[in-house]
Amino acid sequence: MNTLIFRTVAPFLTALMALFSIFVLLRGHNEPGGGFIGGLIAVSALAIFGIANGIAAVRRALWFHPMAISAFGLFIACLAGLLSAAFGVPFMTGLWITPTVLGVEIPLSSVMLFDTGVYLVVVGAITSIALALEAGDDV
Amino acid sequence: MTADTMGLTFLAFCLPFLGALAAPALTRLLGHHAAWPLALVPLAVFLHFLGFNAEIARGEIVTGGYAWVPSYNVSFSWLIDGLSLAFLLLISGIGALIVLYAGGYLKGHPHQGRFFSFILMFMGSMLGVVASDSFLMLFVFWEMTSITSFLLIGFDHAREASRRAALQALIVTGGGGLFLLAGLLLLWDVTGVTQFSLLMSFGPELRASPFYLAILFLVLGGAFTKSAQFPFHFWLPNAMEAPTPVSAYLHSATMVKAGVYLLMRLNPVMGETPAWETVLPAVGGLTLLVGAVLAIRQTDLKLMLAYTTVASLGLLVMLTGFGSEHAIAAAALYLVAHSLFKGALFMVAGLIDHETGTRDITKLGGLRRAMPVTFLAALLAALSMGGLPPFFGFLAKEEVYAALSGGSLRQIAFTAAAIIGNGLMFAVAFAVALKPFLGAPVQTPKHAHEGPALLWIGPMLLAVKGLVIGLFSAVTHALLTSPLASAISGAPQTVTISALPHLSLAFGLSLLTVAFGLGVFLMLDRAREAANRLVEDIGWGPDRGFDQAMTGLVRAAAAISRLLQPGRMEIYMTATFAVIALALLVPPVVYGEWPRLPVWPAGMPFHELAVMLLAALGIGAVLTAGNRLTAIVALGIQGLCVALLFLLFGAPDLAFTQFMIETLSVVILALVMTRLKLTPRDHRPLREKIPDAVIAIACGVGFALYLLRVTQGRFDTALTDFFNLYSKTIAHGANVVNVIIVDFRGTDTLGEIAVVMVTGLAILSIIRIRKGRAGA
Repeated sequence: MNTLIFRTVAPFLTALMALFSIFVLLRGHNEPGGGFIGGLIAVSALAIFGIANGIAAVRRALWFHPMAISAFGLFIACLAGLLSAAFGVPFMTGLWITPTVLGVEIPLSSVMLFDTGVYLVVVGAITSIALALEAGDDV
Repeated sequence: MTADTMGLTFLAFCLPFLGALAAPALTRLLGHHAAWPLALVPLAVFLHFLGFNAEIARGEIVTGGYAWVPSYNVSFSWLIDGLSLAFLLLISGIGALIVLYAGGYLKGHPHQGRFFSFILMFMGSMLGVVASDSFLMLFVFWEMTSITSFLLIGFDHAREASRRAALQALIVTGGGGLFLLAGLLLLWDVTGVTQFSLLMSFGPELRASPFYLAILFLVLGGAFTKSAQFPFHFWLPNAMEAPTPVSAYLHSATMVKAGVYLLMRLNPVMGETPAWETVLPAVGGLTLLVGAVLAIRQTDLKLMLAYTTVASLGLLVMLTGFGSEHAIAAAALYLVAHSLFKGALFMVAGLIDHETGTRDITKLGGLRRAMPVTFLAALLAALSMGGLPPFFGFLAKEEVYAALSGGSLRQIAFTAAAIIGNGLMFAVAFAVALKPFLGAPVQTPKHAHEGPALLWIGPMLLAVKGLVIGLFSAVTHALLTSPLASAISGAPQTVTISALPHLSLAFGLSLLTVAFGLGVFLMLDRAREAANRLVEDIGWGPDRGFDQAMTGLVRAAAAISRLLQPGRMEIYMTATFAVIALALLVPPVVYGEWPRLPVWPAGMPFHELAVMLLAALGIGAVLTAGNRLTAIVALGIQGLCVALLFLLFGAPDLAFTQFMIETLSVVILALVMTRLKLTPRDHRPLREKIPDAVIAIACGVGFALYLLRVTQGRFDTALTDFFNLYSKTIAHGANVVNVIIVDFRGTDTLGEIAVVMVTGLAILSIIRIRKGRAGA
């Protein structure tokens, strides 16, 4: 697997897949996609990167510990739910705003924040499992 | 109750906890002098409740509180009547003295601040117990006293005996608390009220209820464990491992009386039944005798007092259940008297220990010159405990005999028990108060001298109080004991007994008791030997029983763990999948719910058929794969075919997810395989593979049948319709699946991602543990 071609292509593939995963996450509300699927794509991307360049490279690329990413995801998912408390509506009620940026209406919602949380939880948790398994007995 | 007093009363309940919060910092600042400002906390509480005295003496009842969980009818509410008030005053009054005493006793101890904090927390809990109107509040505070008592008994946590005693007390009293909770819930169920103030009118219904005996049993389970009744008495002497201020406060004057309090509180509604008037006096009387005999046996001052406390609690329970006006009055008097003299004597015992370095009565003597103030306090307290006029203890004992004496067999039996118990306690009282002080001076581990004021102020005040309230008995009765007795019996009642000896049967029995006690006191060594022989002949006691029960529990838990957690992956997997197969196959067999044979769809397009064929081939590839890695990859074929089917049948989301899951499971399974260090091939003989194959096939068949049956049932489309209809309009999303996940059922998803994260953490730590073992 550790061929020169694979090692050369892997970073580009990973970047592309990571971008795609964010695309899938964002389109999720209206088209097939969403946080869970997006997260899985991102994990696959990182797995490819890891197989090609080793886990140290993945850890460096992620900057944060994957478990911390997962915890942050859970945190913002909770936050998205709790936002509704500030508006006096029941927990997890979806809140929407549509600001106009450069003449384009952008719908933003607490639901999207929540979905991002799901994405991060999935990315962090599964990546940390995969990295720990891949690390072997030396780390 | 006006809003002002209500707020102040609430503050009074919170004050000890606030004090507990401030105690460590204050002690760091002032050292042991922090006792003075901290004693102001219980003093303030004492003075606040003293203000209710006039109202309560008129026979009124003060209630108040705030709604807590209105939907469950739970409130933070208090009920202050004669019974509560007497307890509140005892707890806060003695509490102030105990704080001062602890200031001297633990002077220089590195954790004195923590100690103050614990004892104030305990005080707050105990105040809550005796003033609670709502059942739930009573239970919460009840368990809080158990927990704070655990902390206090185990204060000297470096010693194993302390830890054991603390745990034992927690298990016994905390376990009893669970009985109490069940009893209170049953009370709620039977009467429909959750407050004692409302419960009072439900007496007839309660006594007639078929659940009466169950309630009684459960409530007694709570009360008897807390108040150390036989056979649960063993934890109390062990609790003497605690520092002496704790013994004086929790294990004589306050916490152990919580059980008695509960019985007194329930006496108006649950008393006067044959069960009540049999069980309570019988258990109480037995406890009285057992406690008194075991007290004689001891040579340690604190243990002697601890066992007499057991005996006194027995006497109180006996009187509460005896069922006459005199008995109630006697219980009220004895309750107050006991708290005063026993608290004082415990503090004296601690004082002697603190100044001489020993508590063994056979190694003490001639301290009267070295410690005259202590001697005086001890003597005054012992006179009250021995029941000599004009001390308050005398009044209590006279009333006890007036209540018990009579011609019937029951009365004679209980009178005899009371005479023996009181006589033995008389002997112990004077053994504690005289033996260390009289006779020739004995060499002690420390050079004996009088303790500082912080130490003797408490016992002295309590002992003097026992004399004063006995002398001015008319005032005491009007303000304290009459309302107390009225609250216990549930009807207005006046206590009249005075300190003047008057000729009566009761006085005669008192004299008999004193004579008997004096006899035992003079022959204490022989009596001790006799008691020792008796206990040794019996051999087994509940204390050993407790250890045996705990060891048994640990062994049983270990056996069950070994059975369920053998630590072998194959067994876990086999068990898991066997259970799944059974869960899938047993219901159709039992209920005959087999699916109909599916009809082959007509006009099936070729590509669908091809995908299905490919999936089947994938299975074949798994089975015939040469090594494990190939098998894992081959498993992916089947999974991808399923994903394709999802795609063909209009579930792109599902297909998408399935693709990703398949890819990742192959990656992760392959990684796991490398870590498991398995051989590349499965080399087991065929007969070991067959059971696995059977379970695998059973699972597969089970799932297939299950899915067939489910899809053949009538499908309720209400939810589907709802989601399709409202996904866009309510949740602004066209992708129904995603809208369900993140919006309609968002809280479920929140739980699920939490599980994902925790699973990740768990796997990570398992891998790290294995790594650590490999490294070591």
